[in-house]
Amino acid sequence: MKYLCLIYSDETQWPKLPKADADKWMGEYMEFTDHIKKSGHYVGSNRLQPTQAATTVRIRNGKLSTTDGPFAETKEQLGGYYLIEARDLNEAIQVASRNPGARHGSVEVRPVMDVTRP
Amino acid sequence: MSEEAARRVREMVDAVYRSDSRRVLATLIRLLGDFDLAEEALHDAFTAAVERWPRDGVPANPRAWLVSAGRFKAIDAMRRRARFDASLEEIARRFDTETSDPTGRDEESVEDDRLRLIFTCCHPALPPDAQIALTLREVCGLTTEEIARAFLTGPPTVAQRIVRAKAKIRDARIPYEVPVRGDLPGRLDTVLHVIYLVFNEGYSASAGSSLTRPDLSGEAIRLGRLLIDLLAEPEALGLLSLMLLHESRRTARTSPAGELVLLGDQDRSLWNRELIAEGSALVQRALSSRRFGPYTLQAAIAAVHAEAPAAGATDWAQIVGLYDVLARADPSPVVELNRAAAVAMRDGPLAGLTLIDGILARGDLADYYLAHSARADLCRRLGRTTDARASYERALRLTQQDPERRFLERRLGELPD
Repeated sequence: MKYLCLIYSDETQWPKLPKADADKWMGEYMEFTDHIKKSGHYVGSNRLQPTQAATTVRIRNGKLSTTDGPFAETKEQLGGYYLIEARDLNEAIQVASRNPGARHGSVEVRPVMDVTRP
Repeated sequence: MSEEAARRVREMVDAVYRSDSRRVLATLIRLLGDFDLAEEALHDAFTAAVERWPRDGVPANPRAWLVSAGRFKAIDAMRRRARFDASLEEIARRFDTETSDPTGRDEESVEDDRLRLIFTCCHPALPPDAQIALTLREVCGLTTEEIARAFLTGPPTVAQRIVRAKAKIRDARIPYEVPVRGDLPGRLDTVLHVIYLVFNEGYSASAGSSLTRPDLSGEAIRLGRLLIDLLAEPEALGLLSLMLLHESRRTARTSPAGELVLLGDQDRSLWNRELIAEGSALVQRALSSRRFGPYTLQAAIAAVHAEAPAAGATDWAQIVGLYDVLARADPSPVVELNRAAAVAMRDGPLAGLTLIDGILARGDLADYYLAHSARADLCRRLGRTTDARASYERALRLTQQDPERRFLERRLGELPD
């Protein structure tokens, strides 16, 4: 079964990190990715640009509107995701708990809907 | 290697996963001292098997290979993490030296590991919900989602119970061991109770539209069989016997339309004779030990029913006698109620009704629907229609199960005005 692990953290803190710390975090992410690739849990992942690069699109009454910024203003922002394959929710939680994001922010584990199942 | 051969190896890995993954997990938990670490190691070991077996051939002892690979992978993972957390290096070194020969252990200690796993999952320090969830996941290999479906709850609720239980095992240092002889009876009770709850949830689901959930009963019976293979204590035999004897009546217990059929009205040709024979043999073994308890006694009662060729030929005197012993071994209002129902069959409805009214007058079982439906039934047979109606209505207010509700409504409808 597939699970999407959404990594939320306070993006304003990243630019303030000393280079050594930022490198350490990056190293941990690479290590994590490498490990779950080997273990067969990895399906895909991406890091996202900060929410200042976001645009929200809506069509209301046939009219397109675009707004600058994310859909909702929150204290922690979506900064990236991992799509993983796991036996069940507990295994997905185990994988997510190894993600560095669980320590500097939070990881939301969402089961992917399986459309082939009733 | 040809594609065909590679497919055969993959099938072999799948088969080993089904037959042995729980054994490998049980041993890895002992070697690594941590559920999460062991589960990760188990996963990594099977990943390695998928990679290496097609290339190197299937090892002579796949289980030992998997334990060894899992242990190696776990130490490897520790070392990797130690780059960010120096304290892990020490732990990794300790694992490397202390657990150096996991494959040298004999078959018996591997079986001990399975028993350790059962006793740890059913540790009395864990809440009952967590004992059940952990046992079904770690011992039976069910997924979180399957457990949630069986208990009509959400996967996050089950997942959280399991996460918390593992944290408690780790933080409270719940030991991974089979209890010593002196503690065994009490601890075995908890294990048997967990198995019994799983069976009951499958046999008479506490809520919902369907009367039974056979998958859960099947898991409970599998657990019961595993337990007696590992530890043939009389009460473990008794519980397995009880489950098999109940299971033997599953088909007869509901009509084709999904309606509840009481024991006395069941078509006995639908009873599963093989399960009855196995259950009866087990209860004989348990009884002959002279160290039996409540499960064995309940199984013995179920066996008397199973042996009666027709409801009218039931040996009610023997059943009342067994309830007398059960009421001494494990006194409870529910046992008294069942005994009262048997007395009613032996001595007539009035004798049974007097006993039930005695229980209810004490304030016991006021919210137990079966007490009121049994009372209603006896009143009906005595022609006390008003009393019967009041008790059926009371029972109806107390049950959440659709087939049981329909049964009571049918009985109410059949009462004369």
